[in-house]
Amino acid sequence: MNLSIDSVMLVLVVTNLLLLGLSQLRSCVHAVAVQGFALGLLPLLVRQSGPTAWTVMVVLVTIGLKGVVFPRLMLGALRDADVRREKRPAVGYTMSMVVGFIALAGAAWLSSRLPVFAGSPSTLAAPVSFFMIFVGLFIIVSRNHAVNQIVGYLVLENGVYVFGVVLLHELPLLVEMGVLLDAFAAVFVMGVAVYHINSEFDHLEVDQLDMLRG
Amino acid sequence: MTLFPVINFLLALLSAPLLLGVINRTKAFFAGRRGQPLLQAYFDLWKLLHKGAVYSRTTTWVFRAGPMVGLACVLVAAAITPFGGSRALMGFSGDLLLLAYLLGLMRFFTVLAALDTGSPFEGMGASREVQFSALAEPALLLGLAAVARITGSFSLSTMFPALSAGVWAQTGPALLLVAAALFVVFLAENARIPVDDPNTHLELTMIHEVMVLDHSGPDFAFILYGAALKLWVLGAFLAGILLPFHTGVGAVDTLVAWLAMLALAVGVGVVESIMARLRLLRVPRLLVGAVLLSGLAFVLLLR
Repeated sequence: MNLSIDSVMLVLVVTNLLLLGLSQLRSCVHAVAVQGFALGLLPLLVRQSGPTAWTVMVVLVTIGLKGVVFPRLMLGALRDADVRREKRPAVGYTMSMVVGFIALAGAAWLSSRLPVFAGSPSTLAAPVSFFMIFVGLFIIVSRNHAVNQIVGYLVLENGVYVFGVVLLHELPLLVEMGVLLDAFAAVFVMGVAVYHINSEFDHLEVDQLDMLRG
Repeated sequence: MTLFPVINFLLALLSAPLLLGVINRTKAFFAGRRGQPLLQAYFDLWKLLHKGAVYSRTTTWVFRAGPMVGLACVLVAAAITPFGGSRALMGFSGDLLLLAYLLGLMRFFTVLAALDTGSPFEGMGASREVQFSALAEPALLLGLAAVARITGSFSLSTMFPALSAGVWAQTGPALLLVAAALFVVFLAENARIPVDDPNTHLELTMIHEVMVLDHSGPDFAFILYGAALKLWVLGAFLAGILLPFHTGVGAVDTLVAWLAMLALAVGVGVVESIMARLRLLRVPRLLVGAVLLSGLAFVLLLR
């Protein structure tokens, strides 16, 4: 067992549970920023043979994007839209946390059925990455606010990242950079969309976009 | 067999009210006041024991039994709680369940006594107490179950002394989660601030304090002392988890654990000074979070 990787995994799980339980949108963005920081450290911890310049660069770019740039974009959107909390989530916060726990148990069961990951440096990596993918999808489905949906997308993407970095540790880092670029483009497009939704509809509740502006 | 289980039990009996004093002094320090004397809780108990009790004519024997049963339960709980790396006064396999149900029985009789008065306020407090403790109890049990899983023992007396630095190095993340969950349970069960405010005397917002409004004299002294001992018992578990170093010399271990309890009391005082009480609607979310943390620790250990 690798204690440092396990601690990072624990931070990821706890931030996910926080995301499910927090109603303040700003706190959600902060939680996802912490998650980005913890996640960014993973490539350094996974490599046994000491960091190369390339690894350090990936770590810096990941932390810079997921820990700083994305959260700042979202906080900016929140400030412009002047909203503080999700008004009517489809699933309540306490219930969301229970769903999160069930998702974690499900992810643990699922990864125990997959013998492929026997050689991974941390036994927690597989369940945690599945768990993050589940939670990301759940946030996208159950929350109405546009910023929360970006958060859900980021969590989903983080889950895929954990999967890649820890389980396939020989993954070419060029691919990682490509994924990061995709994520950046996606968040950028979402930011533009949020801006337009905000200026057209005076709110960011995506389930009410079918109502015409009167 | 050494004398330390007996000494530790007596220490719990003697210094439990001191924790209340330390918490109050810490809060006073944060507020820039001098605060009440450290031994104020002892003075209060002494004063109350010398007063007569007043019983309303609408109450029955249940009201009189409440404080006594509560104190008896928590005394037994203190007797099965290990402290400072030595065994508890009593211990057998499975006593962690007994602990949960002793606390449950204590609460049950406090609630019955509150309902027995027929006061609407006390009924409200009783309802809240039961609701919140129903959520806190799974967190406590799952947390203890996780520790039992780590140490392979179902007796509190052997579980907690078995936690060592080596165990922490292997299962540190899980133990940290258990400690966090137990801290929330500790605050909720003892009616401390994010859940309940021990200072307020506005019936609409109180939980524990409102249930004991009608008790007086020695009965109230029993309740106060029982609450202090409960604080000590749950605190001893936290100290047992967070302090995994045992020198093997009983006196040193006991002293270190005693200092850890005082530090814990200071910690509670700090939490009470820098946090506001949560809205009643949000308390269940906090407690469900604690249950999830315990459950998470347990899931981590199952692997």
